[in-house]
Amino acid sequence: MERLVKYESDDLNLKATELRLGLPGSDEPEKLSSRSNKRASPEISQESKSNSSVSYGGNDEQDSAPPAKAQVVGWPPIRSYRKNTLQAKKNESDGAGMYVKVSMDGAPYLRKIDLKVYKCEYSEREGYNGSEYAPTYEDKDGDWMLVGDVPWNMFINSCKRLRIMKGSEAIGLGCA
Amino acid sequence: MIMESKRKKESPSSPESTQFPDEVLERVLAFLTSHKDRSSVSLVCKDWYNAERWSRTHVFIGNCYSVSPEILARRFPNIRSVTLKGKPRFSDFNLVPQNWGADIHAWLVAFADKYPFLEELRLKRMTVSDESLEYLAANFQNFKVLSLLSCDGFSTDGLAAIATHCKNLTELDIQENGVEDRSGSWLSCFPESFTSLEVLNFASMSAEVNFDALERLVSRCKSLKVLKVNKSISLEQLQKLLTRAPQLVELGTGSFSQELTTRQYAELESAFNNCKNIHTLSGLWEATALYLPVLYPACANLTFLNLSYTALQGGDLAKLLVHCPRLQRLWVLDTVEDKGLEAVGSYCPLLEELRVFPADPFDEEIIHGVTEEGFVAVSFGCRRLHYVLYFCRQMTNAAVATIVQNCPDFTHFRLCIMNPGQPDYLTNEPMDEAFGAVVKTCTKLQRLSVSGLLTDLTFEYIGKYAKNLETLSVAFAGNSGRGMECVLGGCPKLRKLEIRDCPFGDEALLSGLEKYESMRSLWMSACNVTMNGCRQLARKMPRLNVEVMKEDGSDDSQADKVYVYRTVAGPRRDAPPSVLTL
Repeated sequence: MERLVKYESDDLNLKATELRLGLPGSDEPEKLSSRSNKRASPEISQESKSNSSVSYGGNDEQDSAPPAKAQVVGWPPIRSYRKNTLQAKKNESDGAGMYVKVSMDGAPYLRKIDLKVYKCEYSEREGYNGSEYAPTYEDKDGDWMLVGDVPWNMFINSCKRLRIMKGSEAIGLGCA
Repeated sequence: MIMESKRKKESPSSPESTQFPDEVLERVLAFLTSHKDRSSVSLVCKDWYNAERWSRTHVFIGNCYSVSPEILARRFPNIRSVTLKGKPRFSDFNLVPQNWGADIHAWLVAFADKYPFLEELRLKRMTVSDESLEYLAANFQNFKVLSLLSCDGFSTDGLAAIATHCKNLTELDIQENGVEDRSGSWLSCFPESFTSLEVLNFASMSAEVNFDALERLVSRCKSLKVLKVNKSISLEQLQKLLTRAPQLVELGTGSFSQELTTRQYAELESAFNNCKNIHTLSGLWEATALYLPVLYPACANLTFLNLSYTALQGGDLAKLLVHCPRLQRLWVLDTVEDKGLEAVGSYCPLLEELRVFPADPFDEEIIHGVTEEGFVAVSFGCRRLHYVLYFCRQMTNAAVATIVQNCPDFTHFRLCIMNPGQPDYLTNEPMDEAFGAVVKTCTKLQRLSVSGLLTDLTFEYIGKYAKNLETLSVAFAGNSGRGMECVLGGCPKLRKLEIRDCPFGDEALLSGLEKYESMRSLWMSACNVTMNGCRQLARKMPRLNVEVMKEDGSDDSQADKVYVYRTVAGPRRDAPPSVLTL
């Protein structure tokens, strides 16, 4: 996960308020640990490979990058109804703005972040304690809310965009 | 009660044979419900065969092509209830072509003639058209129970016909079908005079139904015991339904996420509190920790909880399970992770069945889900566990050995390590020993699904130890056909064998020649079987149907998908062009 907000000037102490993965204080955001990609090649005879609908993507040699495996038909064995329901759920959440715009008061440019990749919920909120900035978001109803009040799932389903508000404006929302 | 003894003219009588009048025998046999028992009875002697066939009211047909409606009607004149299964199970995973067959219509036409008093029809993996549903509604005055599971071919129009015309309907159970959901108006077709419904399940349908109509229906059907609504029903609406039907025994909620006022929340909690008889709970779409607590009052007697459409975190599951000490069956998504499964082990000592489904089965980058640790934790806490379906991304031989040591009574062990051919992630060895432990320890094992990196050794173990095994599912496994030969040669009770992507060829296929007549069916896809091998099988075993499904663009000599089953009805005449009967 790369740093999401990066500015030249340190006057605003932007580092303290920057959105990142990982607890405040840790400098380098943790890399998503890559699972061991060592998959022992299945001991299947050569002939079956030709008539099999499986494509192993020829990945037995590539141990470095995650294998871009072609999806095997009917595997894992999940019934169509369940598969379609999962797919619908995914599309729903993709549509409801998993990529949200982030604006910061005083900063000239907006950024866009994918909320879905935030695996540690709300840890970035801690970074704001004591600073004069507060993370807020606009929800589905168009209201501006303080980040952290509702459960994470509800938050990412209703968040349309983020705005890092300057303290003076954020006071009404209940931040210190 | 019985004054005279009658004797059937044709039956030979020996001095020792018991001369029961036919009516007595039929009365006695009426108590036999298990179709296996009835089959045994029918083999005793001709008298018993006849008494059994006259007294049988329910018939179960595991493969609709194994028998024809005519043969059925000739043998059993008094059938009131039919259960039929159609397509091979792998059709659930899109491995069977769309128009494969298993159409119910011909059966319905025969039933209208021979069983006009038919009351119950339970179908699984059959093709059912709207026309068939309309035909059903029009031709069976006594019709009571319709259950459609994993069927396809119909739309809500067909359901409207059922609702409109089946005046004695007690059960409408529509589950996970390929339904064309045009509108929810079918529900409004139940007439105001209709009050007999006991079971209503439309959970897997998407279109919004008219809530007023539903509420009125629930109000006037005083015997309603099972109600499973779909996602379109909100929490507020659910509360109203529960108030009308506190006698419910099984409940499937609608969407479990809505902004409720404090008062609405309290009302909902109170409604659940009044439902003292609920033992099965499902639905719970989008349920979050916020609203799950309203369920707590209804959880004391819960024996089956289906959370498999709820993306719940482990901690929230734990909080819920504390209130469910009597739970026997639990279905969850792997979002609960090992932490959630530890809670299962802690709070549900009576658990007998666990199913863990993957929330994100196709996403390579998600490193979530459950591991071997969760499964082991459950096995320590739930010693009565006998049915498991477990989707995971890593497993070890040692973990499985521990699990079956803790729970030796497994009857159904279905383990799916989602990455094909994946070894024990700690030792990098094949998973042979894991399944070896399962079959050696679990002597009551009836159903087994294997996965992971497996050599022929796994199948040697299965053939040697799995003496009660009836159903075996294999994928991406084995080194050679010897594996399949071991199984066919070693498992006396084997009824269903389904294999995909394994290096089993003609020799293996033909090694089971005699075996297949004692089995319901064999499925082999993406293996090394050739057309010649299939032809040989068909030639040697005339009482088997050998069907080959060809894929576009594949080698002419390869038999891509093979489906073999025993039948007394001969080769079927309704196969589509892509299915060749040899």
